[in-house]
Amino acid sequence: MSHFAELMERNRVSHGRRRKVANAVMLSLTGLLTALALVPLFWIIGYVILKGGQYINLDFFIHLPRPLGMPGGGVLSAIEGTLVVTFLAALFAIPPGVLAAFYAARYPNTPLGVVLRFSTDVLSGVPSIVVGLFAYSVIVVPMGHYSGLAGGAALAVIMLPTIIRTTEEMLKLVPATLREASLGLGAPEWKTSLNVLFPAASSGILTGFLLALARAAGETAPLLMTTLGNEHFNISQIFTAGVQGHKSIFTILWSIVNQPVDSLPLTLWKYAQQPYPERVQQAWAVALVLMLFVLIVNATARVWIQRRNRLMKG
Amino acid sequence: MEISESVFKPAVEGDGVAKVNIKDLAVYYGKFRALAGINLSVHEKRITAIIGPSGCGKSTLLRSFNRMNDLTPGCRVQGEISLDGENIYAPGVDVVDIRRRVGMVFQRANPFPKSIYDNVAYGPRLYGIHRKADLDEIVEKSIHQAALWEEVKDKLHQSGLSLSGGQQQRLCIARALAVEPEVILMDEPASALDPISTLRIEELMQELKKDYTIIIVTHNMQQAARVSDYTAMMMIDEQRAGRMIEYDHTNIIFTRPKDKRTEDYVTGRFG
Repeated sequence: MSHFAELMERNRVSHGRRRKVANAVMLSLTGLLTALALVPLFWIIGYVILKGGQYINLDFFIHLPRPLGMPGGGVLSAIEGTLVVTFLAALFAIPPGVLAAFYAARYPNTPLGVVLRFSTDVLSGVPSIVVGLFAYSVIVVPMGHYSGLAGGAALAVIMLPTIIRTTEEMLKLVPATLREASLGLGAPEWKTSLNVLFPAASSGILTGFLLALARAAGETAPLLMTTLGNEHFNISQIFTAGVQGHKSIFTILWSIVNQPVDSLPLTLWKYAQQPYPERVQQAWAVALVLMLFVLIVNATARVWIQRRNRLMKG
Repeated sequence: MEISESVFKPAVEGDGVAKVNIKDLAVYYGKFRALAGINLSVHEKRITAIIGPSGCGKSTLLRSFNRMNDLTPGCRVQGEISLDGENIYAPGVDVVDIRRRVGMVFQRANPFPKSIYDNVAYGPRLYGIHRKADLDEIVEKSIHQAALWEEVKDKLHQSGLSLSGGQQQRLCIARALAVEPEVILMDEPASALDPISTLRIEELMQELKKDYTIIIVTHNMQQAARVSDYTAMMMIDEQRAGRMIEYDHTNIIFTRPKDKRTEDYVTGRFG
């Protein structure tokens, strides 16, 4: 055995011991820190359930808020308002977002593509309160009143960067050979995009929608300056009144989006500041509902993707 | 430039008709000349293999036959490729029509993330065939032709991606056949497959050549020797442009090539 072989053999034994110790230490450290990173999440969820869970009952979902001192009462106005505003936001943000993303994915190095990607990054960095102020000055002021429409527009601006970015990434993930296969069969570019590119990327694109929606649903600042809040907002009442007044469906829909609406984050913010225990309790319950709403949207997105992936892989 | 005489006319008189003729083809990517001085006549209902070391422009040449190079930004084509005597690069030629007549099978099987049926029906639908009975007939015929029917007849509505690699590649062949092309281009169609799947693809090619003109690019010398009737040997010159150095009957290329470089390549001495 040469001198070096002896040396290496000795080192192998001592290094081996050191390696095992280092491995054990690092492994426990990463495990510990991972657990630590999960603490805020479970703490928040647990705390909100603890504080708000007991005040949630059926009334909470089906009744409008009642004046202080009266028992019962719920946050139906806020739930309906949140649904209306996020629906409008999706309606405003998805079509232009998807088309812009398609352009950015297809022509990344054109001047417009570069500007688009840069502006998307900038837009995602604009504070949401500024977006609210913007919507206030270009929609609320000219219209002369607060409305769900203005809130939807403000949230659409918040959603737009997420939608553009995720859609663009998902389109880029589609293998180039799929495009070539379609073009190779003689399909024109637009049919290839419509029949191959978008379907192949659809599950990812839809997740992007849902994630953007979940984020927008939790925004408070833009709604402060656009929807104002409206404790009497009740879609079924508006509908009944409209039908009895023989108004057209468009008039009814318009009156739903054209008036101030409540929303969950806004209600939470208002109730939490009040000095009355009932209101604070309700604020916790609203927090729980809002959190569940976002969690359900996220979970739906994940389950849906997994099921689709399974289907596609057979 | 040395090109053997046989390049300019069918390698053997009376053996088939020239389906595709290439005259003085050069392809540029921006300023870079990727192919230069290519002359070739492809025989109808025969299998023509294009062989040569990596980077010699085999795939570029193959993608010139159906104008897939048009999709590469900065790509420019000079010279002429005629299909049944008509230059496919002439102004006013409908590239959609060219791609219907010249189908393509790619290196990696690339079925669409759709059902087996919809994969095959994709092409016919593009050309306005929407009646279910018609589509059913085309789908069954094409999958039969691709020797895949027995394996998939009971699961036509499952995803094309659920098939094995070899089956996926045969599905891609069925998809190409469904628009009834005249020429089929194959870009290393078996390079990602196991030996048994490769064998099935090779057997399939022998079946297909009864009706179709096939041009195949391959890295696998044995494959070229096994399946093809004619072989074109390509290499890069000093300016790194791909050139065709020899074109002849496959058995001549592999037994008594005229060019020393071809001999070195096919006997495995380089490349």
